[in-house]
Order: sequence, then C-alpha cells, then structure tokens
Amino acid sequence: MTQRSHFNSGLTFDPALAAKTVSSFGHNGAIGARYIAHGEDWVELALDYRAELVGDEETGVLASGPIIALMDMATSLATWVRRGRFEPQATLDLRIDYLRAAVPERTVIGHGECYRLTRRIAFVRGIAHDGDPEDPIAHVAGTFMMTDAA
Amino acid sequence: MGARPKLPPYGHFLGISVEDCENGPLFRMPFGISVTGRPHFLHGGALAGLLEIAAVGTLMAALQGEAGVSVKPVNVTVDFMRGGRERDTFAAATVLRLGTRIANVEALAWQEDRDKLIASARMTLMVRRPTRNEEG
Repeated sequence: MTQRSHFNSGLTFDPALAAKTVSSFGHNGAIGARYIAHGEDWVELALDYRAELVGDEETGVLASGPIIALMDMATSLATWVRRGRFEPQATLDLRIDYLRAAVPERTVIGHGECYRLTRRIAFVRGIAHDGDPEDPIAHVAGTFMMTDAA
Repeated sequence: MGARPKLPPYGHFLGISVEDCENGPLFRMPFGISVTGRPHFLHGGALAGLLEIAAVGTLMAALQGEAGVSVKPVNVTVDFMRGGRERDTFAAATVLRLGTRIANVEALAWQEDRDKLIASARMTLMVRRPTRNEEG
C-alpha cells in the first residue's frame, strides 16, 4: 500500500493523482478510465469506448461490467475526497440500475458521490451518462467499509 | 443441459472460459494483471463482470431453442464477501424464475472452496421474445 500513501499530497487527498495512479495498473488500467473533475464530495471519470469492452456484439453496446468498474472507482475516489485523505476500504455492495443502453462509440462519464460518511462506512451513489447528465445510462448505490478503522 | 453459452467480447477481455457441468455452465476467470484491483487482490469490477456474464450466460442457456429471444439487464446487486486472491475464480448462476417478460437470476462466485463464497449477485433481466407478428 506504500504507493497509495502518495495520494495524500500534503494535507489533502489528490483525486487526479490517485485516479492516474490507480488507472495505471490492473483492471482499472485495462479498462482505461481517466480523471475528469472533482468537487468536495464527488469525482468524475471517463471511460472511452473500446470494442473489447462490448457486451453485445450485434449492437456494439458496452458490457455492464466496465460500467460497474468505472462507478466503483469513481465512488471510491469520492469517499477519499470527502474524507480528505486516502484510507483503505473494501466494497461491501454495489447496486446498479441500467436505465438505458450506452450509445456505441460514445465516451461514458461516471459521476460518483459520497453522500454520507461515518467512521467505518461510506455511503455512495452516482450516475453514468454518455454526454447528457440529464439522460443517464445507469444509476448506482453502494457502501464501502474502512478496513483499517478500529 | 443447454448449449455452452457464447461469451461477449468483454468476457474474453476478462479471460473467462466456460465449461458444461451437471448443474449448468461453470465460468472460470484466471487471475491476471487485467483483473487485479489493489495489488495481490481481485478487482471488484472484474468480479462483478464475471457474475454478470455467468448470470446472462446461464439464462441464455436456459432459453436455448427459443428463436429470436434476447435479454436485457434491468439491474444487478453485487455483494462482496471476501477479498479475491491471486487464483482462479469460478462462478455459476441459477435462474430463480423465468417469466414471460422478466427473469430473476442469482450468481455466486468462489475460489478454492465452493462453500466459501467471495461474492454474489442478484440480477433482474427483461426477456424479449418476438411476437407472432414480428416473426411474421
């Protein structure tokens, strides 16, 4: 976990740096999510369309798996932004409603928000859209547990 | 049992293979860098992807023989129970109810011991069957 301590640059958590580091490795790196923006309790990431992430070859629609991975990452970063520092955590559960199919070729934006933070649990929600936030493709809700909390 | 389900490109991306078993298709995802989350652990998103592919694949196997049928996910809820380690992950699914319009499917994932689940998913899907007019 030493690499991740660098996410806490100075006194505050740096989501752009964290997103870049997390995206350079493993499954996040393989799907290729990238940092877009953040606020006090939210982080926005982008996932560019790629043929190998397709779930339905006939329609070219993205699989739901990469969208889950994108939202897991965006909501994780949102908890650290809200807390102001990185803390190791585990996803307890994640629910995703597929509101409509993503349009093939379009970049998917994942907006993750941490709307409630306790010492041990982070409650998160978010939407994914492919251009218009008012017409989302998916809605997510989930919880994380801080694994180092006493 | 039904025919072996055809995997989508995303299934191949995750390195998933499928084999026929007595109780339906068994899905296997080998550990590798592209499914790694934090170092030495399986990524939750990749695990959720495996569970979804198992759920959809098992439902399609149950629907085999129905011409022109397609399914569309409505939602999925994934519970993560244990951290996935650096080894093969298996998944199998059960169609709890197959209605005319909606199917409810449960998928389970484990590693070395089938009784020690690492994650589960409940999935609701729309089943689209061509109407007689469309079959025309």
